[in-house]
This record gives sequence, C-alpha cells and structure tokens, in this order.
Amino acid sequence: MASSHISVRKTDNLIRIDFIDRNILDELNIHQIGEEILKVVESEFRPKVVIVFKNVEHMSSAAFGTLMKVNERVKARDGQLRLCQITPRIHEAFVMTKLNRIFSISDTYETAVASFV
Amino acid sequence: MANSVKAFRCEHTLRDLREGLEHVHQEAEAALAAHGFDDGAKFAIRLAIEEAVVNAFRHGNRSDPKKSVHFRAYIDDTRASFEVEDEGPGFDPATIPDPTEDENLEIPSGRGVMLIKAYMTEVEYVPPGNLLRMTYRKPA
Repeated sequence: MASSHISVRKTDNLIRIDFIDRNILDELNIHQIGEEILKVVESEFRPKVVIVFKNVEHMSSAAFGTLMKVNERVKARDGQLRLCQITPRIHEAFVMTKLNRIFSISDTYETAVASFV
Repeated sequence: MANSVKAFRCEHTLRDLREGLEHVHQEAEAALAAHGFDDGAKFAIRLAIEEAVVNAFRHGNRSDPKKSVHFRAYIDDTRASFEVEDEGPGFDPATIPDPTEDENLEIPSGRGVMLIKAYMTEVEYVPPGNLLRMTYRKPA
C-alpha cells in the first residue's frame, strides 16, 4: 500500500490535517490524498476540519478540485472546513481562481479553530 | 546584459505522465536556477508545465497509453519557453467555460488552462489545438 501523504490529529469532532508532501501537484498523489481526507471526514458527524498548508510549496488545478470535493463532503455532513497557513504564492492562486470566495482561509491554525461556529 | 550561461534547450517524448513530469520538472528547475529566475517565476513555470503536461496526457491523448506527449523547452536569461504537444485531435480553448464566473465557481475541474494563462506571459494554442506554446518573460 502507498504511504500516507497526510497526518491527522483528532480531538472529538475537531480534525487537524497536515500535508506531509511539499508538492501536492501530482494527479496520482492528489487522488490518494483526497481519498484519505474523505475517509477521515466521513468518520465524523458535524466535523470541524482544519487543513494546514504549512509544508505545501506547490499546488495544481487537480489539488483545487480535490479540496472542493472535500468541502462538499464536509458540508454534506453538516460540518465546516477551514484552510490555514497558506503561503503567499499559493494564496495568490486561490485569489486568481476566486476560490478564496469558496473556502474559509485563516492565517494560523488557532484563528482557524476560533472561526468555527 | 550578455548571457553568462549558455541557453538551455531540450526536447523529450514523454510516454508516462508521472515519470515524464518528474523528469521535465527537474530539468526545467535546474535550468531556471542557472538562468537566474526567482522563486516566484519558478513557482509559476512549474505550475504551468504541470497543467500543460497533465492536460496533454489526460484530455489531449485521453490517457491512451499508445500515445505520447512531446515536450520542448528553451530557457535563457530573459525568457523560458515551452511547447507541449499531444497526439489527440486538438480542441478550441475558446469553448472552455470561464471557471471564475459565479456559475462555474463550484465546479471542481476546468482551471488548468486558466492557471496557465494567468501565470505565463504568452500562451498560444496552435490549431487544431493539440500544440501549446507558452513563454514566461522576466520583468524588464
């Protein structure tokens, strides 16, 4: 089995997901990453999910698509998704694609957690 | 300013998406560093190469393992130019919906071409649309 690309920490329904890879570009990797995240999300009702981009230096349209699927699934479980610690260059890509209007983006993990309602 | 490093040129026939991408990323990154492209430029060019090559394999060749993708690069101290050509029938880029329009914003796919155009200085799809030419020029 392929090794995991994410690390997951759960406290009740609060789920913190960190990427292990710096490049979440590759379509094969991003497919596996998406499956891993969805599996975690679907184990909780009303999950409060924070995805931390601290280690991520590159992105792709495939990665954006996967994040959108995760967002949909989180919402379907009556949950909330937050993204945080996104580098300025990757944040610029979110703005360029206007996906900053779809996702809630916070500077830090703490502010992301504080923003849950 | 005179070029201090000889211009980089390469031409590859890519038969496997993952292996091909890894190879061209490594080559391009080394050449871009040698020619003084900054981190922002390297980020933009890596993203554009990724999107172009993935699109060529997935959409152009429709993941047909019998088909290849042809990759050409030219990098000097002022610009980085690439050609990515698939063996498919081509397409009309004007038919791709704008992913930033409100009605398309929540569709998970269709952002690759938009990102290429946003990050590269010049982008041209040569009819019938199976050859992409793109250039990043360093700011003057």
